[in-house]
Amino acid sequence: MPGFDKFSSRIVPLNIENVDTDQIIPARFLKATNREGFGANLFCDWRYEKDGSPKAGFILNDPSWSGEILVAGKNFGCGSSREHAAWALADYGFRVVVSSFFADIFKANALNNSLLPIQVSDQFLKQIFEQAALNPQTLLTVDLESQIIRLEATGGEESFEINAYKKACLLHGYDDIDFLLSQKENIESFEKEHLFQQF
Amino acid sequence: MSRTLFDKIWDSHVVTRTEGSPDVLYIDRHFIHEVTSPQAFSGLRKRGIPVFRTNQTIATADHNVPTENQEKPISEPMSRMQVDALINNCEEFGIELYGLGHPYQGIVHVIGPELGITLPGMTIVCGDSHTSTHGAFGAVAFGIGTSEVEQVLATQSILKEKPASMRITIDGELKPGVTSKDLILYIISRISTSGGTGYFVEYAGSAIEALSMEARMTICNMSIEMGARGGMIAPDQTTFDYIAGREFAPKGHDFENALTYWKTLTTDEDAMFDKEYRFHADDIEPMITYGTNPGMGIPLSAPIPTPEQMETESDQKALEKSLNYMGLDAGSSLLGKPVDYVFIGSCTNSRIEDLRQVAALVKGRKKAANVQVLVVPGSRQVRAQAKAEGLDKILAEAGFVLREPGCSACLGMNEDKVPAGKYCVSTSNRNFEGRQGPGARTFLASPLTAAATAILGHIADARALI
Repeated sequence: MPGFDKFSSRIVPLNIENVDTDQIIPARFLKATNREGFGANLFCDWRYEKDGSPKAGFILNDPSWSGEILVAGKNFGCGSSREHAAWALADYGFRVVVSSFFADIFKANALNNSLLPIQVSDQFLKQIFEQAALNPQTLLTVDLESQIIRLEATGGEESFEINAYKKACLLHGYDDIDFLLSQKENIESFEKEHLFQQF
Repeated sequence: MSRTLFDKIWDSHVVTRTEGSPDVLYIDRHFIHEVTSPQAFSGLRKRGIPVFRTNQTIATADHNVPTENQEKPISEPMSRMQVDALINNCEEFGIELYGLGHPYQGIVHVIGPELGITLPGMTIVCGDSHTSTHGAFGAVAFGIGTSEVEQVLATQSILKEKPASMRITIDGELKPGVTSKDLILYIISRISTSGGTGYFVEYAGSAIEALSMEARMTICNMSIEMGARGGMIAPDQTTFDYIAGREFAPKGHDFENALTYWKTLTTDEDAMFDKEYRFHADDIEPMITYGTNPGMGIPLSAPIPTPEQMETESDQKALEKSLNYMGLDAGSSLLGKPVDYVFIGSCTNSRIEDLRQVAALVKGRKKAANVQVLVVPGSRQVRAQAKAEGLDKILAEAGFVLREPGCSACLGMNEDKVPAGKYCVSTSNRNFEGRQGPGARTFLASPLTAAATAILGHIADARALI
C-alpha cells in the first residue's frame, strides 16, 4: 500500500446519520471474489433508479461536488462487517471519511485499506457542512503526521485521534499481516501455554 | 484485582501487549463463509503462505445459498461461483467445510453452538457482525473484516485494541408471551443503534439467567445492532447442560477439566464496568420496529413516535426519512397493519425452540391469504429435528413452508427477497433500507409476533392467540 501524505481536497458532504454498510454497498453486490470494482455500486440504491439511471438529488450525482474526502453524519458504517464497504469507498476514490462517530468494525476495515476515518467533534462537523452549503469548493486539509484536520475556509482546525501503530502503518504503507507474521514465534510459544489446548 | 468476565477471557488470550499498539490477540475458533473469505484466501496465495492452524477454522456456506432444491447446482451464476470458490479454497488450504448437503451445514452462528465447537472462555471470530451470538456461552466473540480474516488464517491471531466494558442488567421476570427477542429489541430501543459502540457488553440479572441457551443467543446476536463489539453471558448450569454430549464438545475427563475452568468464568463481585445500564423485565412488552434501524423499536401496542417527540433536529430528520421509506404515518399504530410477507429465520431466530414456538401457535390454524410465509431453519440439524418432531407437518397444514437452511431473506443476497414496497414482519436482525431486497420494508419482531401476524394477515399481538 502507498504511504499517506498530507493533502488537501474538496469534499463530498453526505449529511445523513447512521449510514449503514447495507447502504454503502448492498448485499447483492458482495458476490465478487476480488477486491476491485465495488466503487461502481457505492451507495447504489440511493444513487441509481431501478433502470440504472442516476437519481437526481443524490450527492454523488451532483457535478458540483467532488473530492477525495467524504463527510458524513454521525455513526457512519454501522451494521454488517462487510469490508466491501471500505473497498467501495476507496475504489470510488475516497481517501478519507470524516464523521463525528464511526462504527467499530467499519473503522477497523477502513484503516486496513488506507482509508482514513477521522472522527471530529459534532461542532466541527456542523461547521464543515455549513461551509460546504455556502461553497462547494470548500477544502479540507488532512495531515496524518501531525493528526490535524483543517477547514480552509475558516482556518478552523481540530486534532484527531489515531492509534500510534495504525498511524505508522498508514504513513509507511505497512499492513497488519506483515506485523503479525513477525510475531510467529511469540504466537507459537503462547499456544504451548494456552489453557484451551489442554481439553 | 477484581476483573470482569470479559477481562478474564481477553487478557488470557493476549500474546503480546505494547503501549500505543493494539493487542496481539490469540483466536481459538474461526468460522468462515463464502462471502467474506475469498479475498482473504487470495491474500494468502499472493503472499505464498499457508493457513497456520487448519483445525481451528471451520467453514460453511450460508449467505448465498438457495433455500430450495439444495441438492441441485445453484442456479444464480455469481452465487454459484462464490460457493465454488469456498469449496476450492477449503480443499487447497485444508479446512473442514460443511457445505451444501452436508448434515452439519447451516448458518454459521447456528452450527457453531449446536456442534459444540463454540465453548465458554474462547475467543471466536468470523467475517460476520453477528458473531457476537457465540458470546451467549461466555466466549469473547466478535465480527471482523476480510483483512482480519486473512490475519487469522495466516497467524491464528488478530490485532485489536481492547474495547471498553459495559454491563446491562435485567432484573425480574419476563411476562408470558414476551420473548428474548422482545428483550433485546427493548434494550436497543433504549440505548440506540450506536449506544454500545466501543464497548463489549455483558448481560446479567435474573431475567437473563432464566433464559435458555437459544434465547441467550438471540440476545447476544443483536449486540452489534446497538453498535457493541460483542455481547456475552456468564456460563452457568444451563450452558454446561447444553454443551454436554455435543459432537465436538469435550467428553469424559476432558469435560470435567473444562468444567472446572468454565466455572471460573464470572465477573468478580466488585469488578468495575466503564458503563452500566439496568432494566426491569416486567416493563417489557412484545416489541416491533417501525423504522430503518434496529433502535427504532416500540411496544406493539404503542403508536409510532412523532417528530415533536424527538429530542434533536437530527433525530427528527432521521425519523422523517425512515417513515417516508417505510410508508408509515407518525403517531399511527402498527397493530392491525396488513403485511405481505412473514419471514421466520436468520441467525437471530431460526433454532428449534423458535420453530417449536411458531408451530405451537399456528397448530390447527391457517395463514391469512394475503401473506406469504417463509420458515427457514438455521441448519440441517434444526430442520431434521423439526421434522422428527412433526413440526413440518403442523407448519405445512397452516400454509407455512419449511425451507432448507441458509441466511435466506435476512439480507437480500440469495433468491429469497421481499419485493419493493412490500411489508415483511421478520424475525431477523436488521431493518435497514433495502436489507431484505431493494425497496423492501421490514418490521423486526419475535417469532411469536411473526407467527400471529401470518395467521391474522396483519400485525398482531400473539398473546391474543395463546
